[in-house]
Amino acid sequence: MGVVLNYGINSYISIVVLYFQSHRNTYADVVITKHIITAGKEQAAPQSAGWETALAPLTGAEDARVTSLRHCSLHAALPNIMAAGFKTAEPLEYHRSFLKENCRPDGRELGEFRPTTLNISSISTADGSALVKIGNTTVICGIKAELTMPPSDAPNKGYIVPNVDLPPLCSSRFRPGPPGEQAQSASQFIADVIESSDLINLEELCIEKSKLCWVLYCDIMCLDYDGNLLDACIIALLAALRNAQLPEATINKETDLAEVDIQKKRHLKINRHPVGSSFAVFDDSIIIVDPTAEEESLSTALLTVVTDEEDRLCAVHKPGGTSLSGEKLQHCINRAITRNKEISKLVDKVFESMKTAK
Amino acid sequence: MTRMSATRGLCMRTMMELDQSCSVLREYGSEQSLLSKPDGSSTFVQGDTSILAGVYGPAEVKVSKEIYDRATVEVLIQPKMGLPGVRERAREQCVRETCEAALLLTLHPRSSVTVVLQVIHDDGSLLSCCLNAACMALMDAGLPMSHLFCGVTCAISKEGQIIIDPTARQEKECRALLTFAIDSAECNVLISSTTGSFSVQELQQCIAISQKASEQIFQFYRDSVKRRYSKIQ
Repeated sequence: MGVVLNYGINSYISIVVLYFQSHRNTYADVVITKHIITAGKEQAAPQSAGWETALAPLTGAEDARVTSLRHCSLHAALPNIMAAGFKTAEPLEYHRSFLKENCRPDGRELGEFRPTTLNISSISTADGSALVKIGNTTVICGIKAELTMPPSDAPNKGYIVPNVDLPPLCSSRFRPGPPGEQAQSASQFIADVIESSDLINLEELCIEKSKLCWVLYCDIMCLDYDGNLLDACIIALLAALRNAQLPEATINKETDLAEVDIQKKRHLKINRHPVGSSFAVFDDSIIIVDPTAEEESLSTALLTVVTDEEDRLCAVHKPGGTSLSGEKLQHCINRAITRNKEISKLVDKVFESMKTAK
Repeated sequence: MTRMSATRGLCMRTMMELDQSCSVLREYGSEQSLLSKPDGSSTFVQGDTSILAGVYGPAEVKVSKEIYDRATVEVLIQPKMGLPGVRERAREQCVRETCEAALLLTLHPRSSVTVVLQVIHDDGSLLSCCLNAACMALMDAGLPMSHLFCGVTCAISKEGQIIIDPTARQEKECRALLTFAIDSAECNVLISSTTGSFSVQELQQCIAISQKASEQIFQFYRDSVKRRYSKIQ
Protein backbone atom coordinates (compact mmCIF):
# COMPACT_ATOMS: atom_id res chain seq x y z
CA MET A 1 0.00 0.00 0.00
CA GLY A 2 1.38 3.37 -0.88
CA VAL A 3 0.21 6.88 -1.45
CA VAL A 4 1.80 9.35 -3.75
CA LEU A 5 1.26 12.87 -2.59
CA ASN A 6 2.71 15.36 -4.93
CA TYR A 7 2.00 18.64 -3.25
CA GLY A 8 4.62 20.97 -4.57
CA ILE A 9 5.12 24.66 -4.79
CA ASN A 10 3.31 26.69 -7.43
CA SER A 11 5.46 25.28 -10.16
CA TYR A 12 3.64 22.00 -9.99
CA ILE A 13 0.76 22.20 -12.36
CA SER A 14 -1.10 19.30 -10.98
CA ILE A 15 -1.54 17.72 -7.64
CA VAL A 16 -1.93 14.02 -7.91
CA VAL A 17 -2.92 11.90 -5.01
CA LEU A 18 -3.08 8.26 -5.75
CA TYR A 19 -4.13 5.70 -3.31
CA PHE A 20 -3.13 2.16 -4.12
CA GLN A 21 -4.45 -0.86 -2.44
CA SER A 22 -2.42 -3.58 -4.01
CA HIS A 23 -4.02 -6.71 -2.61
CA ARG A 24 -7.57 -5.66 -3.50
CA ASN A 25 -6.48 -4.07 -6.75
CA THR A 26 -8.68 -1.00 -6.32
CA TYR A 27 -7.57 2.59 -6.14
CA ALA A 28 -8.86 6.01 -5.41
CA ASP A 29 -7.49 9.05 -7.06
CA VAL A 30 -7.83 12.74 -6.60
CA VAL A 31 -6.55 14.66 -9.52
CA ILE A 32 -6.48 18.41 -9.65
CA THR A 33 -5.53 19.58 -13.07
CA LYS A 34 -5.83 22.87 -14.82
CA HIS A 35 -9.58 22.94 -15.04
CA ILE A 36 -11.02 19.89 -13.44
CA ILE A 37 -11.28 18.64 -9.92
CA THR A 38 -12.26 15.07 -9.70
CA ALA A 39 -12.45 12.71 -6.82
CA GLY A 40 -13.05 9.10 -7.66
CA LYS A 41 -13.84 5.99 -5.64
CA GLU A 42 -13.32 7.67 -2.34
CA GLN A 43 -15.14 4.90 -0.53
CA ALA A 44 -12.48 2.41 -1.47
CA ALA A 45 -10.24 3.87 1.18
CA PRO A 46 -10.59 2.09 4.50
CA GLN A 47 -11.77 4.10 7.52
CA SER A 48 -8.32 4.23 9.01
CA ALA A 49 -6.83 5.80 5.94
CA GLY A 50 -5.99 9.29 7.18
CA TRP A 51 -3.17 11.21 5.62
CA GLU A 52 -0.87 9.50 8.03
CA THR A 53 -0.62 6.70 5.55
CA ALA A 54 0.92 9.12 3.12
CA LEU A 55 4.13 8.74 5.07
CA ALA A 56 4.39 5.03 4.46
CA PRO A 57 7.36 4.05 2.33
CA LEU A 58 6.58 5.12 -1.18
CA THR A 59 7.10 2.64 -3.90
CA GLY A 60 7.84 3.85 -7.36
CA ALA A 61 7.45 7.47 -6.37
CA GLU A 62 10.87 8.55 -5.18
CA ASP A 63 10.41 12.10 -6.38
CA ALA A 64 7.12 12.69 -4.63
CA ARG A 65 6.96 15.42 -2.05
CA VAL A 66 5.11 14.79 1.14
CA THR A 67 3.91 17.75 3.14
CA SER A 68 2.45 18.15 6.56
CA LEU A 69 -1.07 17.05 5.88
CA ARG A 70 -0.73 14.06 8.14
CA HIS A 71 -3.35 14.44 10.81
CA CYS A 72 -6.49 15.20 8.91
CA SER A 73 -8.76 12.47 7.81
CA LEU A 74 -9.18 12.04 4.09
CA HIS A 75 -12.95 12.06 4.27
CA ALA A 76 -13.53 15.15 6.36
CA ALA A 77 -10.85 17.36 4.91
CA LEU A 78 -11.12 16.55 1.25
CA PRO A 79 -13.23 19.55 0.08
CA ASN A 80 -11.05 22.00 2.04
CA ILE A 81 -7.85 20.46 0.86
CA MET A 82 -9.08 20.58 -2.67
CA ALA A 83 -10.08 24.24 -2.46
CA ALA A 84 -6.80 25.15 -0.80
CA GLY A 85 -4.90 22.96 -3.21
CA PHE A 86 -6.65 24.51 -6.17
CA LYS A 87 -5.77 27.94 -4.83
CA THR A 88 -2.13 26.98 -4.34
CA ALA A 89 -1.69 25.14 -7.59
CA GLU A 90 -3.67 27.42 -9.88
CA PRO A 91 -4.14 30.78 -8.15
CA LEU A 92 -5.06 32.59 -11.35
CA GLU A 93 -7.66 30.00 -12.35
CA TYR A 94 -9.01 30.13 -8.79
CA HIS A 95 -9.52 33.90 -9.04
CA ARG A 96 -10.94 33.66 -12.56
CA SER A 97 -13.61 31.23 -11.41
CA PHE A 98 -14.81 33.88 -8.94
CA LEU A 99 -14.50 36.80 -11.35
CA LYS A 100 -16.62 34.89 -13.86
CA GLU A 101 -19.46 35.10 -11.34
CA ASN A 102 -18.83 38.83 -10.78
CA CYS A 103 -17.51 38.38 -7.28
CA ARG A 104 -14.17 37.90 -5.57
CA PRO A 105 -12.74 35.25 -3.22
CA ASP A 106 -13.31 37.50 -0.19
CA GLY A 107 -16.96 37.97 -1.08
CA ARG A 108 -16.70 41.47 -2.49
CA GLU A 109 -18.19 42.67 -5.73
CA LEU A 110 -15.80 43.87 -8.45
CA GLY A 111 -16.36 47.56 -7.67
CA GLU A 112 -16.42 47.26 -3.90
CA PHE A 113 -13.75 48.59 -1.57
CA ARG A 114 -12.82 46.82 1.63
CA PRO A 115 -14.04 48.45 4.85
CA THR A 116 -11.88 51.49 5.50
CA THR A 117 -11.23 52.67 9.03
CA LEU A 118 -9.42 55.77 10.18
CA ASN A 119 -8.00 56.78 13.51
CA ILE A 120 -6.31 60.11 14.15
CA SER A 121 -3.88 61.27 16.82
CA SER A 122 -2.72 57.69 17.15
CA ILE A 123 0.84 58.72 18.06
CA SER A 124 0.80 61.23 20.89
CA THR A 125 4.47 62.18 20.48
CA ALA A 126 4.10 63.15 16.82
CA ASP A 127 2.91 66.58 15.68
CA GLY A 128 0.20 64.88 13.70
CA SER A 129 -0.66 61.27 13.01
CA ALA A 130 -3.23 58.95 11.56
CA LEU A 131 -3.77 55.22 11.21
CA VAL A 132 -5.66 53.82 8.26
CA LYS A 133 -6.90 50.32 7.66
CA ILE A 134 -8.27 49.16 4.33
CA GLY A 135 -9.23 45.58 4.99
CA ASN A 136 -6.05 44.04 6.36
CA THR A 137 -3.76 46.69 4.95
CA THR A 138 -2.64 48.90 7.80
CA VAL A 139 -0.70 52.11 7.33
CA ILE A 140 0.37 54.61 9.94
CA CYS A 141 1.55 58.12 9.22
CA GLY A 142 3.38 60.37 11.64
CA ILE A 143 4.30 63.98 11.01
CA LYS A 144 7.28 65.63 12.56
CA ALA A 145 7.79 69.35 12.13
CA GLU A 146 11.28 70.77 12.42
CA LEU A 147 12.70 74.25 12.02
CA THR A 148 15.25 74.70 9.30
CA MET A 149 16.68 77.06 6.70
CA PRO A 150 14.53 77.46 3.58
CA PRO A 151 15.98 75.94 0.43
CA SER A 152 18.08 78.45 -1.52
CA ASP A 153 16.05 78.08 -4.74
CA ALA A 154 12.78 78.92 -2.94
CA PRO A 155 13.65 81.18 0.02
CA ASN A 156 10.01 81.98 0.82
CA LYS A 157 8.85 78.38 1.08
CA GLY A 158 9.03 75.53 3.53
CA TYR A 159 9.03 71.96 2.37
CA ILE A 160 7.52 68.53 2.93
CA VAL A 161 9.52 65.31 2.93
CA PRO A 162 7.34 62.23 2.53
CA ASN A 163 8.78 58.79 3.06
CA VAL A 164 7.07 55.45 2.66
CA ASP A 165 8.59 52.59 4.61
CA LEU A 166 7.82 48.96 3.89
CA PRO A 167 9.51 47.06 6.72
CA PRO A 168 9.94 43.27 6.66
CA LEU A 169 7.28 43.18 9.38
CA CYS A 170 4.46 43.99 6.99
CA SER A 171 5.00 41.21 4.49
CA SER A 172 7.42 38.43 3.71
CA ARG A 173 8.03 39.98 0.31
CA PHE A 174 10.04 42.81 1.84
CA ARG A 175 13.56 42.23 3.07
CA PRO A 176 15.48 44.22 5.65
CA GLY A 177 17.98 46.74 4.36
CA PRO A 178 17.74 49.84 2.23
CA PRO A 179 14.27 50.63 0.82
CA GLY A 180 13.32 48.54 -2.17
CA GLU A 181 11.95 49.66 -5.49
CA GLN A 182 8.32 49.56 -4.39
CA ALA A 183 8.97 51.69 -1.30
CA GLN A 184 10.95 54.20 -3.33
CA SER A 185 8.39 54.50 -6.09
CA ALA A 186 5.63 54.85 -3.48
CA SER A 187 7.59 57.68 -1.80
CA GLN A 188 8.03 59.39 -5.14
CA PHE A 189 4.34 58.97 -5.91
CA ILE A 190 3.29 60.51 -2.58
CA ALA A 191 5.70 63.41 -3.17
CA ASP A 192 4.18 63.92 -6.63
CA VAL A 193 0.66 63.87 -5.20
CA ILE A 194 1.56 66.47 -2.57
CA GLU A 195 3.10 68.68 -5.22
CA SER A 196 0.45 68.32 -7.89
CA SER A 197 -2.59 68.54 -5.65
CA ASP A 198 -1.32 71.73 -4.00
CA LEU A 199 -2.25 70.13 -0.67
CA ILE A 200 -0.53 72.76 1.46
CA ASN A 201 0.58 76.22 0.53
CA LEU A 202 4.31 75.88 1.08
CA GLU A 203 4.68 79.62 1.58
CA GLU A 204 2.71 79.26 4.80
CA LEU A 205 5.44 77.02 6.16
CA CYS A 206 7.94 79.85 5.84
CA ILE A 207 8.45 81.85 9.00
CA GLU A 208 11.10 84.34 7.91
CA LYS A 209 12.25 84.61 4.33
CA SER A 210 15.58 82.82 3.68
CA LYS A 211 16.09 82.43 7.43
CA LEU A 212 13.59 80.07 8.97
CA CYS A 213 10.90 77.70 7.80
CA TRP A 214 9.15 74.50 8.79
CA VAL A 215 10.02 71.18 7.25
CA LEU A 216 7.36 68.50 7.64
CA TYR A 217 8.69 64.97 7.70
CA CYS A 218 5.78 62.70 6.81
CA ASP A 219 6.81 59.18 7.67
CA ILE A 220 4.36 56.63 6.38
CA MET A 221 4.90 53.11 7.61
CA CYS A 222 3.08 50.03 6.48
CA LEU A 223 2.29 47.67 9.35
CA ASP A 224 0.40 45.06 7.40
CA TYR A 225 0.64 44.75 3.63
CA ASP A 226 -2.39 43.33 1.91
CA GLY A 227 -2.50 45.35 -1.29
CA ASN A 228 -3.66 48.84 -2.18
CA LEU A 229 -0.80 50.55 -0.37
CA LEU A 230 -1.06 53.85 -2.24
CA ASP A 231 -4.70 54.55 -1.36
CA ALA A 232 -4.03 53.86 2.30
CA CYS A 233 -0.92 56.07 2.23
CA ILE A 234 -2.79 59.03 0.74
CA ILE A 235 -5.64 58.80 3.27
CA ALA A 236 -3.15 58.48 6.13
CA LEU A 237 -1.13 61.44 4.88
CA LEU A 238 -4.18 63.65 4.41
CA ALA A 239 -5.62 62.81 7.82
CA ALA A 240 -2.25 63.25 9.55
CA LEU A 241 -1.69 66.63 7.91
CA ARG A 242 -5.18 67.75 8.93
CA ASN A 243 -4.44 66.50 12.42
CA ALA A 244 -1.04 68.22 12.66
CA GLN A 245 -0.61 71.26 14.84
CA LEU A 246 2.40 73.54 14.61
CA PRO A 247 3.52 75.74 17.49
CA GLU A 248 4.03 79.40 16.81
CA ALA A 249 7.64 80.18 15.91
CA THR A 250 9.33 83.55 15.66
CA ILE A 251 12.83 84.83 15.24
CA ASN A 252 14.13 86.83 18.15
CA LYS A 253 15.45 90.05 16.61
CA GLU A 254 18.15 90.53 19.23
CA THR A 255 19.67 87.09 19.43
CA ASP A 256 18.68 86.02 15.87
CA LEU A 257 17.58 82.66 17.24
CA ALA A 258 14.30 80.88 16.73
CA GLU A 259 11.79 80.92 19.55
CA VAL A 260 8.91 78.50 19.79
CA ASP A 261 5.76 79.10 21.76
CA ILE A 262 4.37 75.65 22.51
CA GLN A 263 1.24 77.12 24.10
CA LYS A 264 0.05 78.65 20.86
CA LYS A 265 -0.60 75.90 18.36
CA ARG A 266 -2.45 76.13 15.09
CA HIS A 267 -3.62 73.68 12.48
CA LEU A 268 -2.22 73.63 8.98
CA LYS A 269 -4.37 75.03 6.23
CA ILE A 270 -5.25 72.19 3.86
CA ASN A 271 -6.18 73.51 0.42
CA ARG A 272 -7.31 70.36 -1.31
CA HIS A 273 -8.36 66.87 -0.34
CA PRO A 274 -6.84 64.36 -2.71
CA VAL A 275 -8.09 60.77 -2.44
CA GLY A 276 -6.73 57.85 -4.40
CA SER A 277 -8.47 54.81 -5.83
CA SER A 278 -6.51 51.81 -7.02
CA PHE A 279 -7.61 49.36 -9.66
CA ALA A 280 -6.24 46.07 -10.88
CA VAL A 281 -6.78 44.69 -14.37
CA PHE A 282 -7.33 40.95 -14.73
CA ASP A 283 -6.77 39.23 -18.07
CA ASP A 284 -6.51 42.60 -19.84
CA SER A 285 -10.25 43.21 -19.49
CA ILE A 286 -11.79 42.76 -16.03
CA ILE A 287 -11.25 45.73 -13.72
CA ILE A 288 -11.49 45.31 -9.98
CA VAL A 289 -11.09 48.01 -7.35
CA ASP A 290 -9.03 47.91 -4.17
CA PRO A 291 -6.98 44.77 -4.97
CA THR A 292 -5.56 42.64 -2.17
CA ALA A 293 -1.87 41.67 -2.23
CA GLU A 294 -2.74 38.40 -3.92
CA GLU A 295 -4.90 40.05 -6.55
CA GLU A 296 -2.15 42.61 -7.16
CA SER A 297 0.42 39.94 -7.86
CA LEU A 298 -1.90 38.03 -10.21
CA SER A 299 -3.22 41.03 -12.10
CA THR A 300 -1.80 42.13 -15.43
CA ALA A 301 -1.84 45.86 -14.67
CA LEU A 302 -2.39 48.29 -11.81
CA LEU A 303 -3.81 51.79 -11.93
CA THR A 304 -4.14 54.49 -9.30
CA VAL A 305 -6.29 57.56 -9.91
CA VAL A 306 -6.10 60.48 -7.48
CA THR A 307 -8.87 63.06 -7.57
CA ASP A 308 -9.61 66.09 -5.43
CA GLU A 309 -12.95 67.35 -4.14
CA GLU A 310 -13.54 69.44 -7.27
CA ASP A 311 -13.31 66.27 -9.39
CA ARG A 312 -10.02 67.36 -10.90
CA LEU A 313 -7.39 64.72 -11.42
CA CYS A 314 -4.17 65.02 -9.43
CA ALA A 315 -2.53 61.85 -10.68
CA VAL A 316 -3.28 59.04 -13.08
CA HIS A 317 -0.57 56.59 -12.22
CA LYS A 318 -0.28 53.43 -14.22
CA PRO A 319 3.20 52.04 -13.72
CA GLY A 320 3.10 49.57 -16.59
CA GLY A 321 1.42 46.30 -17.36
CA THR A 322 -1.04 45.66 -20.13
CA SER A 323 -2.73 48.46 -22.02
CA LEU A 324 -6.00 50.12 -21.10
CA SER A 325 -8.47 51.75 -23.47
CA GLY A 326 -9.85 55.27 -23.02
CA GLU A 327 -13.32 54.04 -22.03
CA LYS A 328 -11.99 51.75 -19.32
CA LEU A 329 -9.94 54.64 -17.99
CA GLN A 330 -13.02 56.83 -17.91
CA HIS A 331 -14.85 54.12 -15.97
CA CYS A 332 -12.04 54.06 -13.41
CA ILE A 333 -12.04 57.85 -13.10
CA ASN A 334 -15.79 57.87 -12.45
CA ARG A 335 -15.36 55.31 -9.69
CA ALA A 336 -12.48 57.35 -8.24
CA ILE A 337 -14.70 60.42 -8.06
CA THR A 338 -17.36 58.59 -6.04
CA ARG A 339 -14.65 57.09 -3.84
CA ASN A 340 -13.36 60.59 -3.13
CA LYS A 341 -16.78 61.56 -1.75
CA GLU A 342 -16.92 58.43 0.43
CA ILE A 343 -13.50 59.04 1.92
CA SER A 344 -14.02 62.79 2.39
CA LYS A 345 -17.13 61.95 4.35
CA LEU A 346 -15.21 59.43 6.47
CA VAL A 347 -12.38 61.87 7.22
CA ASP A 348 -14.82 64.67 8.08
CA LYS A 349 -16.75 62.33 10.35
CA VAL A 350 -13.62 61.28 12.24
CA PHE A 351 -12.52 64.89 12.76
CA GLU A 352 -16.04 65.84 13.82
CA SER A 353 -16.09 63.05 16.42
CA MET A 354 -12.70 64.22 17.73
CA LYS A 355 -14.08 67.72 18.21
CA THR A 356 -17.13 66.52 20.11
CA ALA A 357 -15.00 64.18 22.23
CA LYS A 358 -12.97 67.14 23.41
CA MET B 1 22.56 65.56 -35.69
CA THR B 2 25.36 65.39 -38.27
CA ARG B 3 27.63 63.74 -35.75
CA MET B 4 25.86 60.44 -36.31
CA SER B 5 27.51 58.24 -38.87
CA ALA B 6 25.35 57.65 -41.90
CA THR B 7 26.33 54.01 -42.25
CA ARG B 8 24.72 52.88 -39.02
CA GLY B 9 21.01 52.76 -39.58
CA LEU B 10 20.63 56.43 -38.98
CA CYS B 11 17.16 57.76 -39.32
CA MET B 12 15.76 61.13 -38.83
CA ARG B 13 12.50 62.84 -39.18
CA THR B 14 11.89 66.48 -38.90
CA MET B 15 9.01 68.55 -37.60
CA MET B 16 5.82 66.69 -37.96
CA GLU B 17 2.51 68.40 -38.19
CA LEU B 18 -0.42 67.34 -36.13
CA ASP B 19 -3.83 68.95 -36.09
CA GLN B 20 -3.03 71.50 -33.45
CA SER B 21 -0.22 73.86 -34.24
CA CYS B 22 1.17 73.54 -30.70
CA SER B 23 1.27 69.77 -30.94
CA VAL B 24 4.48 69.24 -32.77
CA LEU B 25 7.12 66.79 -31.69
CA ARG B 26 10.61 68.16 -31.60
CA GLU B 27 13.11 66.95 -34.13
CA TYR B 28 13.98 63.38 -33.24
CA GLY B 29 16.43 60.77 -34.37
CA SER B 30 18.01 57.51 -33.42
CA GLU B 31 20.95 55.29 -34.07
CA GLN B 32 21.12 51.54 -33.41
CA SER B 33 23.94 49.07 -32.61
CA LEU B 34 26.47 51.71 -31.81
CA LEU B 35 27.96 49.85 -28.85
CA SER B 36 29.86 46.60 -29.35
CA LYS B 37 29.45 44.85 -25.99
CA PRO B 38 25.69 44.91 -25.38
CA ASP B 39 23.38 42.58 -27.30
CA GLY B 40 21.43 45.58 -28.45
CA SER B 41 22.01 49.31 -28.17
CA SER B 42 20.55 52.58 -29.36
CA THR B 43 20.54 56.29 -28.82
CA PHE B 44 17.37 58.29 -29.01
CA VAL B 45 17.44 62.04 -29.39
CA GLN B 46 14.37 64.23 -28.96
CA GLY B 47 15.33 67.88 -29.40
CA ASP B 48 18.18 68.30 -26.96
CA THR B 49 17.15 65.35 -24.78
CA SER B 50 19.36 62.39 -25.49
CA ILE B 51 19.45 58.85 -24.05
CA LEU B 52 21.89 56.04 -24.71
CA ALA B 53 20.45 52.56 -24.15
CA GLY B 54 22.08 49.15 -23.95
CA VAL B 55 20.36 45.77 -23.62
CA TYR B 56 22.00 42.62 -22.27
CA GLY B 57 20.03 39.44 -22.59
CA PRO B 58 18.79 36.86 -22.44
CA ALA B 59 21.68 36.15 -20.08
CA GLU B 60 22.33 34.34 -16.84
CA VAL B 61 20.36 35.55 -13.85
CA LYS B 62 21.19 35.84 -10.18
CA VAL B 63 19.59 32.95 -8.28
CA SER B 64 17.77 35.34 -5.95
CA LYS B 65 16.11 37.08 -8.91
CA GLU B 66 15.36 33.96 -10.91
CA ILE B 67 11.74 33.42 -11.99
CA TYR B 68 10.99 29.84 -12.93
CA ASP B 69 8.67 30.46 -15.86
CA ARG B 70 9.91 33.70 -17.41
CA ALA B 71 12.84 36.03 -17.76
CA THR B 72 13.63 38.69 -15.15
CA VAL B 73 13.73 42.23 -16.51
CA GLU B 74 15.99 44.79 -14.90
CA VAL B 75 16.11 48.43 -15.88
CA LEU B 76 18.82 50.81 -14.72
CA ILE B 77 18.64 54.52 -15.36
CA GLN B 78 21.91 56.36 -14.90
CA PRO B 79 21.52 60.11 -14.46
CA LYS B 80 23.90 62.54 -16.13
CA MET B 81 25.43 63.49 -12.80
CA GLY B 82 25.55 61.78 -9.42
CA LEU B 83 23.92 58.59 -8.28
CA PRO B 84 20.43 57.42 -9.21
CA GLY B 85 17.87 58.58 -6.65
CA VAL B 86 14.24 57.98 -5.81
CA ARG B 87 13.05 59.75 -8.99
CA GLU B 88 15.15 57.43 -11.14
CA ARG B 89 13.75 54.41 -9.27
CA ALA B 90 10.20 55.52 -10.10
CA ARG B 91 11.17 55.95 -13.76
CA GLU B 92 12.93 52.59 -13.77
CA GLN B 93 9.77 50.95 -12.50
CA CYS B 94 7.74 52.50 -15.33
CA VAL B 95 10.19 51.47 -18.03
CA ARG B 96 10.62 47.98 -16.56
CA GLU B 97 6.91 47.24 -16.41
CA THR B 98 6.45 48.53 -19.95
CA CYS B 99 9.24 46.26 -21.19
CA GLU B 100 7.76 43.34 -19.25
CA ALA B 101 4.41 43.85 -20.93
CA ALA B 102 5.96 44.07 -24.40
CA LEU B 103 8.57 41.29 -24.23
CA LEU B 104 7.59 37.64 -24.60
CA LEU B 105 9.39 36.70 -21.42
CA THR B 106 8.05 33.18 -21.18
CA LEU B 107 10.26 32.24 -24.13
CA HIS B 108 13.34 32.72 -21.94
CA PRO B 109 12.62 31.24 -18.53
CA ARG B 110 15.25 31.51 -15.82
CA SER B 111 17.25 34.21 -17.58
CA SER B 112 17.69 37.94 -17.32
CA VAL B 113 17.16 40.90 -19.62
CA THR B 114 18.97 44.03 -18.47
CA VAL B 115 18.24 47.43 -19.98
CA VAL B 116 20.70 50.17 -19.10
CA LEU B 117 19.67 53.73 -19.91
CA GLN B 118 22.28 56.45 -19.69
CA VAL B 119 20.99 60.01 -19.68
CA ILE B 120 23.25 62.03 -21.99
CA HIS B 121 21.29 65.25 -21.74
CA ASP B 122 17.95 66.15 -20.19
CA ASP B 123 15.96 68.87 -21.90
CA GLY B 124 12.46 67.74 -20.97
CA SER B 125 10.34 64.67 -21.84
CA LEU B 126 12.98 62.45 -20.28
CA LEU B 127 10.74 59.50 -19.45
CA SER B 128 9.29 59.29 -22.96
CA CYS B 129 12.78 59.50 -24.44
CA CYS B 130 13.88 56.67 -22.09
CA LEU B 131 10.97 54.53 -23.31
CA ASN B 132 11.76 55.18 -26.96
CA ALA B 133 15.46 54.44 -26.49
CA ALA B 134 14.62 51.24 -24.59
CA CYS B 135 12.28 50.05 -27.34
CA MET B 136 14.85 50.76 -30.06
CA ALA B 137 17.51 48.89 -28.08
CA LEU B 138 15.21 45.90 -27.50
CA MET B 139 14.48 45.79 -31.22
CA ASP B 140 18.20 45.94 -31.93
CA ALA B 141 18.83 43.07 -29.52
CA GLY B 142 16.30 41.03 -31.48
CA LEU B 143 14.27 40.03 -28.45
CA PRO B 144 10.80 38.68 -29.26
CA MET B 145 8.11 41.21 -28.40
CA SER B 146 4.33 41.07 -28.65
CA HIS B 147 4.15 44.74 -29.60
CA LEU B 148 6.33 47.84 -29.73
CA PHE B 149 5.87 50.82 -27.46
CA CYS B 150 6.74 54.48 -27.45
CA GLY B 151 6.56 57.32 -24.97
CA VAL B 152 4.93 60.69 -25.48
CA THR B 153 4.97 63.56 -23.00
CA CYS B 154 2.32 66.29 -22.97
CA ALA B 155 2.44 69.48 -20.95
CA ILE B 156 -0.64 71.57 -20.18
CA SER B 157 0.31 75.24 -19.95
CA LYS B 158 -1.29 77.67 -17.51
CA GLU B 159 -3.58 78.89 -20.31
CA GLY B 160 -4.78 75.34 -20.91
CA GLN B 161 -2.83 74.83 -24.11
CA ILE B 162 -1.46 71.34 -24.68
CA ILE B 163 2.19 71.24 -25.64
CA ILE B 164 3.51 67.94 -26.93
CA ASP B 165 7.11 66.87 -26.24
CA PRO B 166 7.93 69.88 -24.03
CA THR B 167 11.42 71.21 -23.33
CA ALA B 168 12.72 71.46 -19.75
CA ARG B 169 11.71 75.11 -19.65
CA GLN B 170 8.18 74.39 -20.84
CA GLU B 171 7.96 71.61 -18.26
CA LYS B 172 8.87 74.03 -15.51
CA GLU B 173 6.30 76.61 -16.56
CA CYS B 174 3.43 74.21 -17.19
CA ARG B 175 0.50 73.43 -14.91
CA ALA B 176 0.47 69.69 -15.53
CA LEU B 177 2.76 67.18 -17.15
CA LEU B 178 1.54 63.83 -18.48
CA THR B 179 3.64 61.03 -19.89
CA PHE B 180 2.07 58.06 -21.65
CA ALA B 181 3.47 54.94 -23.17
CA ILE B 182 1.41 53.76 -26.12
CA ASP B 183 1.49 50.25 -27.58
CA SER B 184 1.72 49.68 -31.31
CA ALA B 185 -0.94 46.96 -31.48
CA GLU B 186 -4.03 48.82 -30.33
CA CYS B 187 -2.65 52.28 -29.56
CA ASN B 188 -3.80 51.95 -25.96
CA VAL B 189 -2.19 53.46 -22.88
CA LEU B 190 0.46 51.21 -21.34
CA ILE B 191 1.75 53.52 -18.65
CA SER B 192 0.58 56.84 -17.41
CA SER B 193 2.60 59.04 -15.14
CA THR B 194 1.36 62.50 -14.28
CA THR B 195 2.16 65.52 -12.17
CA GLY B 196 0.00 68.57 -11.63
CA SER B 197 -3.79 68.75 -11.65
CA PHE B 198 -5.96 68.60 -14.73
CA SER B 199 -9.53 67.83 -15.71
CA VAL B 200 -10.81 64.55 -17.11
CA GLN B 201 -11.40 66.22 -20.47
CA GLU B 202 -7.80 67.43 -20.61
CA LEU B 203 -6.61 63.92 -19.82
CA GLN B 204 -8.63 62.42 -22.65
CA GLN B 205 -7.37 65.15 -25.00
CA CYS B 206 -3.77 64.44 -24.06
CA ILE B 207 -4.27 60.71 -24.60
CA ALA B 208 -5.77 61.35 -28.04
CA ILE B 209 -2.88 63.63 -29.02
CA SER B 210 -0.34 61.13 -27.72
CA GLN B 211 -1.97 58.32 -29.66
CA LYS B 212 -1.75 60.40 -32.80
CA ALA B 213 1.88 61.28 -32.18
CA SER B 214 2.69 57.64 -31.40
CA GLU B 215 1.67 56.64 -34.93
CA GLN B 216 4.43 58.87 -36.27
CA ILE B 217 6.98 57.38 -33.90
CA PHE B 218 5.97 53.83 -34.83
CA GLN B 219 6.33 54.73 -38.48
CA PHE B 220 9.78 56.06 -37.63
CA TYR B 221 10.63 52.74 -35.92
CA ARG B 222 9.54 50.86 -39.02
CA ASP B 223 11.47 53.13 -41.37
CA SER B 224 14.63 52.85 -39.31
CA VAL B 225 14.45 49.06 -39.19
CA LYS B 226 13.71 48.91 -42.90
CA ARG B 227 16.60 51.16 -43.74
CA ARG B 228 18.95 49.25 -41.51
CA TYR B 229 18.22 45.81 -42.87
CA SER B 230 18.11 46.96 -46.48
CA LYS B 231 21.70 48.12 -46.01
CA ILE B 232 22.88 44.74 -44.74
CA GLN B 233 21.74 42.97 -47.91
